[in-house]
Amino acid sequence: MRWIDFKRDFRMNKGLYALIVPIVIYIFIFNYLPMGGIIMCFERFSPKNGVFFSEWVGLKHFIDFFSTYYFWRLMRNTLLLSIYGLLWGYPAPIIYALLLNELENEYFKKAVQVISYMPNFISTVVICGIIIDFVSSDGLITDMLVAIGFLDSPKNLLSVSGYFRTIMIASDLWQQVGFGSILFLATLTGIDQELYEAALIDGAGRWKQTIHVTIPGLMPVITIMLIQRVGGLLGTNMEKIILLYNPLIYETADTIGSFVYRKGLQEANYGYSSAVGMFNSIVGLILLCIANGIARKYGETSLF
Amino acid sequence: MKSFIVKTPARRVFEVFNYVFLVCFALVCLMPVLHVIFASFSDPTLMAQHSGLIWKPLFDETHPLTLYGYKMVFGNDSLLMGYANTIFYCALGGAFSTILCTMGGFVLSRKGLVLKKYIMIFLTITMFFNGGMIPTYMVIKKIGLLNNRLVMIIPNAVNVMSLVIIRTAIQGMPTSLEESARLDGAGNFTILFKIVIPLVKATVAVLALQYVLMKWNAYFEAMIYLNDRKMYPLQVILREILVESDSSSLTYDAELAQYADLIEYCTIVVAILPVFCFYPFILKYFTKGMMIGSLKG
Repeated sequence: MRWIDFKRDFRMNKGLYALIVPIVIYIFIFNYLPMGGIIMCFERFSPKNGVFFSEWVGLKHFIDFFSTYYFWRLMRNTLLLSIYGLLWGYPAPIIYALLLNELENEYFKKAVQVISYMPNFISTVVICGIIIDFVSSDGLITDMLVAIGFLDSPKNLLSVSGYFRTIMIASDLWQQVGFGSILFLATLTGIDQELYEAALIDGAGRWKQTIHVTIPGLMPVITIMLIQRVGGLLGTNMEKIILLYNPLIYETADTIGSFVYRKGLQEANYGYSSAVGMFNSIVGLILLCIANGIARKYGETSLF
Repeated sequence: MKSFIVKTPARRVFEVFNYVFLVCFALVCLMPVLHVIFASFSDPTLMAQHSGLIWKPLFDETHPLTLYGYKMVFGNDSLLMGYANTIFYCALGGAFSTILCTMGGFVLSRKGLVLKKYIMIFLTITMFFNGGMIPTYMVIKKIGLLNNRLVMIIPNAVNVMSLVIIRTAIQGMPTSLEESARLDGAGNFTILFKIVIPLVKATVAVLALQYVLMKWNAYFEAMIYLNDRKMYPLQVILREILVESDSSSLTYDAELAQYADLIEYCTIVVAILPVFCFYPFILKYFTKGMMIGSLKG
């Protein structure tokens, strides 16, 4: 491409470039300038001196982070929360969609669907408000657990570190299973009906049809969604965690995201906190690439 | 599909199990919300004695149903101010985001732009990598958006995914329409407003709706970027009342502390009811949004 072509292109498409320039500037300010802030990871950053004049400390923040007691606790909590979330939250909408798909009464199906989408429309803050109320020492869930003998005496479940992951995963399931099934349901209705007919003629019952027609039909969507989930494995739901956790249960509840928030914005430890955040996003990116690579090698679908 | 199912006895057993299971699931989704709604009317004394699920409003002759909680909630200035702020942020933010994304999507859908490929790469990188919370905070601070209402409107308005979705929708339009307009002497702007926007307005509406719902629910940005109570959106006020159980935003007497739970329940109802009233009607747009959002750009 020669310079003269660029000039002609600009002259011909002045109007179009005028429309896109604000967006390029916008993305530069809000997405690329923060990337430049990565330099902060290697500095004892002080807002007074700014990014370019703060004291350079090299890899100190990273070494500090890897050598603290917190490192393993944060890694463990982040990974366990994500893996449990994946193990429960990923198959659940698929199974739910398959069960809905077996219903022959369209009205009943529609009603169940609309009701199950409802929790998705409750905001994180309100969900956390409801959770806090329900698991408090005289809350609904605590009462029920005492009634079935699971708990000896009523207590606030959010003050016991052993219950935090269950509370997070269960409330995520409650909120997302219904809405998460939309994509799978829509894919199910798109499966060619002649395949079912052919399977029936070959003597396949409904179970065999599910295994040999329905599941393969869903496979591309299942793969894409799995890659996305694995890529976000370290991006735990920080906004929800910081609403629910408290120092009593940091042992299981503190994750990398909430740690970055606490160190960086509450304790103004900017450089250190950016370094931890940086570590998190690099690992996330690597996981996404690995998941995508595996999907490309062994399946037909991949994200990029 | 129905015709391909053979009703064996095993199938019938499965169907019964399936119906029972799905009814239970729907109840699990519904009951916590009903519990909160019924509790918001119930008498606090009876509620304190009650344990377990509230499946009907609690009242008797001596303890009638109460609207006291709602009176307190609607008499609370912070909450009403939060509502007004949220509506303001949603409306302006939604408009700003929609305009930018439509503009970008339109330009990127044009053929023959030499720099288009590079702009696309420039945009796509941001989908996979970002500077993180602290550097973003520093940038926002540097450009003077800290504790400014605009911080709820300007950042995050351009979502590259939405841009790509709009671009794809525009590329899917029949080209003959545009060609005939060009023959009639229409320029880029005429084509954008007279032809492109009317044809892709359904897609744009879906994205705008998703954006507005996201803004409605967002609390984190508001919490870290705003200090002035007058600017707080609804969710930040709700966080004070529900999560921190901070009664200072509710001006009630200490002797009325027994009403604290009741007020929390009423607040929840007031916060979720508007969205619940609308969602069955706009559900099909969200469904469509999920579908187009999951396709490869």
